[in-house]
Amino acid sequence: MEVHSLSLSSTPPTVPSRPIVPSLPQSRVTRDQSQAAPSVDAKIQVRNLDFYYGERQALFHVVLTVRTHSVTSFIGPSGCGKSTLLRCLNRMNDLVEGARAVGRVELDGTDIYGLDIDVTDLRKRVGMVFQKSNPFPKSIYDNVAYGPRLHGTKDKRTLDELVEHSLQGAGLWDEVKDRLTQSALGLSGGQQQRLCIARALAVQPEVILMDEPCSALDPIATGKIEELIFKLKDTYTVVIVTHNMQQAARVSNQCGFFLMGELVEFGDTKTIFTTPRDKRTEDYITGRFG
Amino acid sequence: MGKSSDSMKSFWRGGELFVWLTASGVAISLLMVGAMLALIMVNGLGQFWPATLHQIVLKTQEIVIGQVVGHEVIPNSVTPDRPNGLDRFRYRVGNRDVFGSEYRWVNGEDILSTMSPKDLTFVERREWGPAFGRLSIVGVDGMTESSDSQTWPAIGSLVEESTNLRQRIEHVERDEIGAINYRLEKARLERQALTLDGQLSPREAEVDRRLVDQIATLEQEYQAKTVALEQLHKEAGQKTLLLTLSNGRPLRLTLDQVITVSRPNDMSWIDKLVAYLHNLWLFVSSEPREANTEGGIFPAIFGTVLMVFLMTIAVMPFGVVAAVYLREYAKQGVLVQLVRIAVNNLAGVPSIVFGVFGLAFFVYALGGTIDQLLFPESLPNPTFGTGGILWASLTLALLTVPVVIVATEEGLSAVPRDFREGSVGLGATKFETIWHVILPCALPGILTGLILAMARAAGEVAPLMLTGVVKLAPALPLDSYLPFLHLDRKFMHLGFHIYDVGFQSPNVEAAKPMVYMTTLILILVVVLLNWTAVMLRNRLRKRFAMSAV
Repeated sequence: MEVHSLSLSSTPPTVPSRPIVPSLPQSRVTRDQSQAAPSVDAKIQVRNLDFYYGERQALFHVVLTVRTHSVTSFIGPSGCGKSTLLRCLNRMNDLVEGARAVGRVELDGTDIYGLDIDVTDLRKRVGMVFQKSNPFPKSIYDNVAYGPRLHGTKDKRTLDELVEHSLQGAGLWDEVKDRLTQSALGLSGGQQQRLCIARALAVQPEVILMDEPCSALDPIATGKIEELIFKLKDTYTVVIVTHNMQQAARVSNQCGFFLMGELVEFGDTKTIFTTPRDKRTEDYITGRFG
Repeated sequence: MGKSSDSMKSFWRGGELFVWLTASGVAISLLMVGAMLALIMVNGLGQFWPATLHQIVLKTQEIVIGQVVGHEVIPNSVTPDRPNGLDRFRYRVGNRDVFGSEYRWVNGEDILSTMSPKDLTFVERREWGPAFGRLSIVGVDGMTESSDSQTWPAIGSLVEESTNLRQRIEHVERDEIGAINYRLEKARLERQALTLDGQLSPREAEVDRRLVDQIATLEQEYQAKTVALEQLHKEAGQKTLLLTLSNGRPLRLTLDQVITVSRPNDMSWIDKLVAYLHNLWLFVSSEPREANTEGGIFPAIFGTVLMVFLMTIAVMPFGVVAAVYLREYAKQGVLVQLVRIAVNNLAGVPSIVFGVFGLAFFVYALGGTIDQLLFPESLPNPTFGTGGILWASLTLALLTVPVVIVATEEGLSAVPRDFREGSVGLGATKFETIWHVILPCALPGILTGLILAMARAAGEVAPLMLTGVVKLAPALPLDSYLPFLHLDRKFMHLGFHIYDVGFQSPNVEAAKPMVYMTTLILILVVVLLNWTAVMLRNRLRKRFAMSAV
């Protein structure tokens, strides 16, 4: 078990290692059989992750495996820690002052909280799409080309191809190909969100994290994005956090239900939604609370 | 009764009183600004209008020629039989060299008659202020004389000739002799640099000989130019105007003294307007004369704008970098909060303190060191070790840096968190995020800081008086000699000009309209500078405007 500091400074971790005292009995954490041993197609493995915002513990002993080329969804009521876990997967929580993770998160078998990890490189491999679409106040082209330019692509033709390819990947090309030089802020909400997806694709990541990507969108835009997620799975590994249980049921292969920082149940989406093992999952899915 | 108490209640409850209160606050502010501007404009802009020349005859049979510039009721003159009191008028009678004063009070009851004959002439001179009188003779060295009917039509070409002559004299004085002086000084300094270590090596001696030759040649050229200049002066002195003054005495004016000749009483409304605009243009485009009380204020406008520009170049990077560190990098805590408070308080330090600091640190310490290291040949004459436009700009940069820091910090903190996360999520480092996303988004805020800083800097006078402003600068800080921008030169400034003309002037009455006019120009300069920055900011805002999601 390793302990890592997540303070913004680059100084080595100063948090004293402490014995992990499980605050909850292990038996209460439901485990999928596939997680017991690392499976061949595991992309991300979260092993006993605890997460703290200052003194407050936000995640308790989370254990799960995200499979390659699949869609994994996290559901649960507000404040249950599902977004926190998602943001742990590309160390986005590093930006939060006082945040601290204890445990291991492995990407292709390497601990991403390890000392020799280049965080920017990690975020290149694990891209992210946010709840609120956040295109930069630049042109559509510059938004998509932002990542590749940062990572050293300067050649105009390569960039052009990459932008076109990414926009096509996000299903936005036909709508914006004639106005690439116009401000991205002139797009509609759904288009902006797809632009953000294109922007993430342009970096050519392996995993795409989506934090409630449709919560601010109307049903038609939501439908388009869901379709897109379904397609993305062939090339990328997708992890999505959603409030919307129907959405989770529609798009994901596997699903995790979180409650108060605890992963209550994790397994095949079909199983979770038809025959949940835990009473709390059943209550949530059937709408008795949450 | 019930109804009125209801409406009373809704008046209080609805907060209508508050609306009135706030609105009247705005109204009072606007009124004060408007009144101030009106006062400045009325007092300042009026002076360029060709006012009517009056010829009055007093009870003593004395004749006075002049323009009415003031009127008042004599204090304590109100008695029961004179309920309106006695009037007195202030006349601008000109001819300061003859009468001793340009203005005089005339009691209303002393005036027998007032006329405004068309042949009264207003002559604007290079020295001693304007002259009023009757133009009687124009001639070459007083030899040829002519009557008025022939004189007046010829006057236009004569004045033009005078202007041309003046320009030629100025060209010789400033450009030709100036260039020779510049090269002479350079050669002299080079010689001095050679002998700085006390002895001459054979090669240095060779160079020294060449320099001596060069100096001799230049001095010959200089002599030649001086002769040419004298010739021009002589030529200008040959033609004279003869003006008969109100007291009947003649006043002989050589042509190089004359700037304009006009007969305001004989001018149509349109003529006056043309003359007015011409005067206004002369004011903003020419150099001051007569201890700044006459002529234009161009060097002061130029100095003010250049200084603000230099200050901007100094303060922008510095303030922005400091704000980025405080907001983006520093760990937010007690220390940073203390720094912030200190920065804010810096903005409240009296500007004269900055002036003293600038004098001690920039001028003496920094400038003195630079002189010793880079310009040892001209010591003990200071180059940078004395006040100059660079030090003045840096002092003002120091004065305005808190404003820029505060505004930039606010601009930075207003950048949505989403943008940061979006950029970082794409694998950007913190620096890349700040450089490519946060700073561009904060640019409108930064420009707000710049606008405030410019407004403050343009109006500041006290620190400048210690660090480089002068009453009359011999040359602009920007000219055609290498290195073109002379950061070590002293300069003129509109704010200081107001102080100097208004309170240090030998001719206070004549200077009064100049003070108003200079104030108006200063306000215009500040408005223009700000307007430019505001336009720039609005364009950026439009670019970064968030669309409704």
